[in-house]
Amino acid sequence: MLKGHRTWVFANRPVIISTATVGGPFEANGRLSEDFDLLHEDLWLGEDSYEKAHKVLLEEAFFKAMEKANIEKEMVDFIICGDLVNQITPSSFAARTLGNPFLGIFGACSTSMEGLALSAFIINYGGAKFLLTGASSHNAAIEKQFRYPTEYGGQKPPTAQWTVTGAGVALLSNEGKGPYVTSATIGRVVDLGMSDPFNMGGAMAPAAVDTIEAHFRDLNIDSSYYDLIVTGDLGKIGRKIALDLFAKNGTGMDESKFQDCGLMIYREGQPVLSGASGAGCSAVVVYGHLLNRMKKGEFRRILAVATGALLSPLSYQQKETIPCIAHAVSIEFRG
Amino acid sequence: MANEKRKNQTKVMQDYYQLEKKNETKPPVIKNCVKAFIVGGIICSIGQAIQWIYIYFFNFTEQTAGNPTVATMIFLSMLLTGFGVYDRIAQFGGAGSAVPVTGFGNAVISAAIEHRTEGFVLGVGGNMFKLAGSVILFGTFSAFVVALIRTILVKWGGF
Repeated sequence: MLKGHRTWVFANRPVIISTATVGGPFEANGRLSEDFDLLHEDLWLGEDSYEKAHKVLLEEAFFKAMEKANIEKEMVDFIICGDLVNQITPSSFAARTLGNPFLGIFGACSTSMEGLALSAFIINYGGAKFLLTGASSHNAAIEKQFRYPTEYGGQKPPTAQWTVTGAGVALLSNEGKGPYVTSATIGRVVDLGMSDPFNMGGAMAPAAVDTIEAHFRDLNIDSSYYDLIVTGDLGKIGRKIALDLFAKNGTGMDESKFQDCGLMIYREGQPVLSGASGAGCSAVVVYGHLLNRMKKGEFRRILAVATGALLSPLSYQQKETIPCIAHAVSIEFRG
Repeated sequence: MANEKRKNQTKVMQDYYQLEKKNETKPPVIKNCVKAFIVGGIICSIGQAIQWIYIYFFNFTEQTAGNPTVATMIFLSMLLTGFGVYDRIAQFGGAGSAVPVTGFGNAVISAAIEHRTEGFVLGVGGNMFKLAGSVILFGTFSAFVVALIRTILVKWGGF
């Protein structure tokens, strides 16, 4: 049901019956290594290209999620997922392996919550009984896509972020046990004229703030409703800016409650500069770490706001600014 | 140029630009310059040592030792790139490791490694110079312009 301008409220409670997260070596050294279902020592994952390794990450996450929920592949009605590689090939190729009906989506690093919002909508209105949704990124494949070769010696500025190698997948159903999706706010494209591709947090912060404020307005709630409001990959700089924007707009926001996935996943001392990023970042942190903490009873309500920068290497070279988007999904759990 | 572009932006954009700049972590310019000086200095000292080795132990003069020295330095930088070390040195050294000829070698070999998975012809061959290509193009072109100016001055100026 549409409430306000752009928020869906899901009365039938689509349930996240299981999740799976797969990570790479850098994530294994990070702070959240215990929350991953599978971790790989090698960036190649035994494949002969990083793009194939990227696909394998997602495939493994899909199979793991089905295994954990004890669901057969044939029972899954749809797959909705996306990534950052051109023409989202890792997602399409993983869907080829599974063979289920597939919808590919692209929302840059906001793909995880875009997928979850759409999936919850479909489940809520009886469009499917079981549905898989997820997002993934692979550090080497994405750096190759958007930036310089990985071994190229270019000094990165302190605003740069580190692309996560990982895939996070959620299996949704209309019944079962687990955290359930209560509402979702769809973001609009916000562009405040930032053009530095090494400063994504600075470009994406206004989009996150816009979506969060719209969510509060549409549902007539404030930040005290949630135990945690978590953005996808704003990083250190983006988070600070977002807090400043909330203060400027007069939106009350508890600083300790406003966290960022990109600041959770890695340890102090890992060379990630401003934080983590990538479509896999919000997916692995929300579907792994945060839902685990929810199940332990640490949070009852969280708002996950995945942020995406909708640029391409071409648009940047043609001196275009960076349009950004953020989608918010509210997840609740009662033990 | 950047400021001119901002003039056409809306008030909201300009305000946000100020807010963003306030929060942005600035690159530590002086610290980076010192690091670049040290790293660049070390690389050049190694180059100098290699040149002396060519002069004292092989039959090269100061004029002819340049080419084998450059080749050796590029070879070393390619090895370091292949072992995944050069990009770490570069994150520390910045311009200090980018400006010497080793930086050029790194730009070529890193692109070659990156596109190895697309095959030798379309991958390695087609992408090897995607970063270093502009260095070669504009390096050759500026050399041509300088040579042209010199020729004109010598021919017409009678120096």
